[in-house]
Amino acid sequence: MIVTTSPTNLDVAKIREDFPILGIRSASDRPLVYFDNAASTQRPTSVIEAMSRCYREYYSNVHRGIHTLSEASTQAYENARATVASFMNASSTNEVIFAAGTTAAINTVSRSWGDQNLSQGDVILLLISEHHANIVPWHQLAERVGCRVEFISVDEEFLIDDEAVASALRMHQPKLFAFGAASNTLGTEYPVKRWTRMAHDAGATVLIDAAQAAPHWKMDVQDWDADFIVFSGHKVCGPTGIGVLWGRESLLDSMPPFLGGGGMIQTVTTDGFTAHALPEKFEAGTPPIVEAIGLEAAIDYLTDVGMDNIHAHERLLGTRADAGLREINGVRVIGPTAEHKGGINSFVIDGVHAHDVSQFLDGQGVAVRAGHHCTMPLHHAIGVTATSRASCYFYNTVEEVDVFLQAVSDVRDRFAKTGRRRRSRSSRSNS
Amino acid sequence: MPNEQDIYEEHVLDHYEDPYHRGTLDTASHMHEGNNPLCGDRIVITLKLDDSGKVAEAWFEGEGCVISQASASMLIERMEGKTIEEVKAFTAEEMLELFGPKLTPNRQKCCLLSWKILQSALHSPIGEDGDSSAPSGPSLGEEQ
Repeated sequence: MIVTTSPTNLDVAKIREDFPILGIRSASDRPLVYFDNAASTQRPTSVIEAMSRCYREYYSNVHRGIHTLSEASTQAYENARATVASFMNASSTNEVIFAAGTTAAINTVSRSWGDQNLSQGDVILLLISEHHANIVPWHQLAERVGCRVEFISVDEEFLIDDEAVASALRMHQPKLFAFGAASNTLGTEYPVKRWTRMAHDAGATVLIDAAQAAPHWKMDVQDWDADFIVFSGHKVCGPTGIGVLWGRESLLDSMPPFLGGGGMIQTVTTDGFTAHALPEKFEAGTPPIVEAIGLEAAIDYLTDVGMDNIHAHERLLGTRADAGLREINGVRVIGPTAEHKGGINSFVIDGVHAHDVSQFLDGQGVAVRAGHHCTMPLHHAIGVTATSRASCYFYNTVEEVDVFLQAVSDVRDRFAKTGRRRRSRSSRSNS
Repeated sequence: MPNEQDIYEEHVLDHYEDPYHRGTLDTASHMHEGNNPLCGDRIVITLKLDDSGKVAEAWFEGEGCVISQASASMLIERMEGKTIEEVKAFTAEEMLELFGPKLTPNRQKCCLLSWKILQSALHSPIGEDGDSSAPSGPSLGEEQ
């Protein structure tokens, strides 16, 4: 039985009623403890219903028909853009591009701004903790134009201090500093505004991967003052297949379109084309219409709950999980101390592989992530192949953290070696 | 859906704790290294193929989960003494059958890692650049 008390301002029991999937039993017939929120969150009924209502009642393609349904869909799609702009405190809806997700958004910047502005010898500066989505597009750009990709390391406490950033900016004079606002593996929350200012002072353009920030903190693009900020819908209780590329309007205006096709053009002739104005310039093809409507419903939901409440509750859960993990014999937390983190805790257990940890926890009804979490360079740098990761969200409870901790403390017993021998063909054994 | 108890059968844990031919073969004629992009685990397989076209000796080296390590041990034990044609003809389905417990698709990738590397090792003589002719094997696509 899961009780849902929280010393923070959230009525978690009431919130959980809004998420149908949180009520299911796990495959092992225990209550589901969903701790894989950094990979993807779950959806409240309001999101599911908003999308379903569009398909049932007013769906059509956007920006094309004159008929009533197309007008209704177009209106809803553009309303969603306005909601996203307000969620990020963007100064104009022209700065809000709908993309397929964070990955697609970063690739768009790489292909459009990157190809236009970077060349042989230029440097792109990243953190070693970046997700592959914020590494591979820059490696690809480097292959195309001959620029270099450099990384800032974490220290022995898994932290990156201002001096490390300042020193890397001085040493490399990067054209672009692209960094995750929070690490999806270490859980560290980085000072986005301060680092953006430092990078601008050093002459770099700044891209912030907010995939792990948008779900948890109040975003303010005008205050952060970066040049590009990207995030995904499915990590903020919205649908898959949609994300946001926010860019400074003057920058987006100066960039060539990336994908070409319908919807992004002003005119097309047998000789060529002229591109549409923002934001359609970067939205070739039929956009994620229903996904945008779902994303709007998700943002409305999070805004109602309150981003500050969400963050406070996650920190409460994350801190409890961090403290509990550090007390378990044989467990090593892969990340800094709790005051630097939100709701993410990665760890390794001495002598047990992350896949087996995850499999065992699944048997206890606890869903965690196992592997490299799309951060292979980070795992390589800290000398582990795979970790397990528990990531909480505002609909998780203190009691769920305790179920998780109990399961982790049982893992080592389950996989402790007991001097077993193979029974078949062992006579052919080792020389 | 298989549960945790079903997967870690006794004979699986036996192979995990007491693997067959874990190590590298100094006198190997063939070798291949590969990884599972899902978790980053790496396995190296070394083979000694004899003049009659048989796998005279096979060894594996690597770190990984119970499934990947136990399945590698079972595979190496089963394939030793077989002809190259017999090893090539040993399918993914047969590997899963050899392993025993039913696995979910993601855990099947753990189980098939050594099988895939063994297939490539047959085409990777040491001292030559044999990789280009290696079969790509099943996709172990990266997680998102």
